[in-house]
Amino acid sequence: MIQHLLDGVLTGSYLSLGAIGLTLVMHILRFANFSHAELLSLGAYVALVCDALVSGLAPFLAVKLAPLSLTGSLIIAILISMVLTGLSALLIDRLVFKRVREKGQELSMVFASFGMALIIRNVIGLIFGLSPALYSRDIAFAVILSRDPLILVKPDQIFVLIAALALMFILHLILSRTTFGYSLRAVAENPSLAQVNGVNLQRTIMAVWLIGGGLAAVAGVFYGISHQLIPVMGRDLVLPIFAATIVGGIGSVYGAVLGGFIVGIAANISLVILPSGYTPSVPFLLILVVLMIRPHGLFGEARA
Amino acid sequence: MIGVFSYLVFFATTASILAIAVLGLNLQWGNTGLFNGGVVAFFGAGAYGTLILGGTAQAGHLGGFGLFYPLALLGGMAAAGLMAWIVGLLTLRLRHDYLAIATFGVAVAFENLMRNAEWLAGGAKGVRGFERPLRAALGDGFIYNLFFFVVVLLILIATYMFLERLVASPFGRLLRAIREDEEAARSLGKNPARIRLMAFVTGSVILGLAGGLYGTFYAFVSPQDVLPTLTFQIWAMLIVGGAGNNRGAIFGAFLIWGAWTLSGWALSRFAPVDVQLYTGSVQFILIGSVIVGMLMWRPQGFLPERLVVSQRGKPQQMQQGE
Repeated sequence: MIQHLLDGVLTGSYLSLGAIGLTLVMHILRFANFSHAELLSLGAYVALVCDALVSGLAPFLAVKLAPLSLTGSLIIAILISMVLTGLSALLIDRLVFKRVREKGQELSMVFASFGMALIIRNVIGLIFGLSPALYSRDIAFAVILSRDPLILVKPDQIFVLIAALALMFILHLILSRTTFGYSLRAVAENPSLAQVNGVNLQRTIMAVWLIGGGLAAVAGVFYGISHQLIPVMGRDLVLPIFAATIVGGIGSVYGAVLGGFIVGIAANISLVILPSGYTPSVPFLLILVVLMIRPHGLFGEARA
Repeated sequence: MIGVFSYLVFFATTASILAIAVLGLNLQWGNTGLFNGGVVAFFGAGAYGTLILGGTAQAGHLGGFGLFYPLALLGGMAAAGLMAWIVGLLTLRLRHDYLAIATFGVAVAFENLMRNAEWLAGGAKGVRGFERPLRAALGDGFIYNLFFFVVVLLILIATYMFLERLVASPFGRLLRAIREDEEAARSLGKNPARIRLMAFVTGSVILGLAGGLYGTFYAFVSPQDVLPTLTFQIWAMLIVGGAGNNRGAIFGAFLIWGAWTLSGWALSRFAPVDVQLYTGSVQFILIGSVIVGMLMWRPQGFLPERLVVSQRGKPQQMQQGE
């Protein structure tokens, strides 16, 4: 039980990172972006390529930072991938979503995001092949925290959790302490009024995509460290991160963080009562429960 | 020659079944503006429902009710409608993307349940033991397929006529009114949430009908039949054909199904063997591009919605009309 709880918290750390970007996009651009999970896979694969490049150029970085299986080159690769994935998110918006937004109604965007998800996922599959990939071929040994009850944890997982929490804290500071954070919230509340007060709408939208893409990249890499990289990972992640945004309340960053952990923990705890084959359905059940008892989520507000 | 003809019958049967599904989606999306992200779940509920209710007894899973076929088909449709009712009740009051997410979730959970719950529907092995209706009289050959095609075609025509009437009726006008301006509809004393729920359930029942016919056609259904692929295909059909136009929906179904079949055939025929593994990926990229491309360059589809002025007013008002 405690082991499941712990695994749930670790799962929650990357789900939260994915959900933050999604909830921001859903709040500011007002559409359910079904291609957000593909940004996670994109970020994960970009980091895989960058990792190989960096360790090729600077072999001294390709040393494991004991006790982690993580290398210095992978950490640099994550940073590069954050930037590149953020820029890709921006590029996708420019090429596709912006045009659809200008032409059609809000729900056309949802259709378009499904189409983009299919394209991104399968292009990744074509480039990298359909078999799984790993950042490190070495087996990461788990550390025994306690023997009775048996609790195992990998050092990498602890790193993932701490890094995720640190990123969330930085984002919290940006949102609550900077002018940019205020303008972001202003745009979410009322775009026209924000513009009247001198907030640059286009630039705010760009920032949302950059932040969302950057966090998605980290989330994707963390998923890859915890499990493995497969081109279809976005398909398996899309429902959990949507569930996290709904549980937390669409538009609430703190809700998304909490929602991510709740979904992660629920999915792992469910293993106690349900066979593991049913795990993919757990986020859906959670969505149903939230819609029944608190439709706008923990921190969401009613808004049409 | 008979080979080509029998293939054409096979193709047209599948395309007609899909056209019925596209018509159901058109009522939801085209006429009411409801986003159904889990088309395949309602289609699947129809297929599973029909086969379980109409099949012979099977060891190990639910079934063997052996109902009279039309009753079994109605049962499958009811299963789809019930599922839509529950999801709709929970989400239609909320911001529109909740429905998109919840229906997407239904599709994931439905496929997951069917794959894992052996006691319910045979798990990954699927539902077997279904006897196609009138098989004793018509056999298994070409005659049966031709007969089945005619039946499907008649059902397609009946569905089309039903929807055309519905859309032209005051109810259809109400649907469009809600789609265009919910506040205005409410100010006229209408209840948008209830009307949307009715349209969503009706559309899903039609999706269930298509699923039931699909299950009957193959006399078998398994989790492989309820993958998200089908949702994307049916959407592409509607968007290409023209959302809001029932004829466009049927046209889109035949066009996209033709293109899908042709691209699959061409890839398996001309692509090198080692690339064949990626046939699926290429086809998905194609269907994704079709959806995105249409939304960018021709969002109204090839046969756009024909807007009708149902009550003709003064001439100058007509010019201002949509």
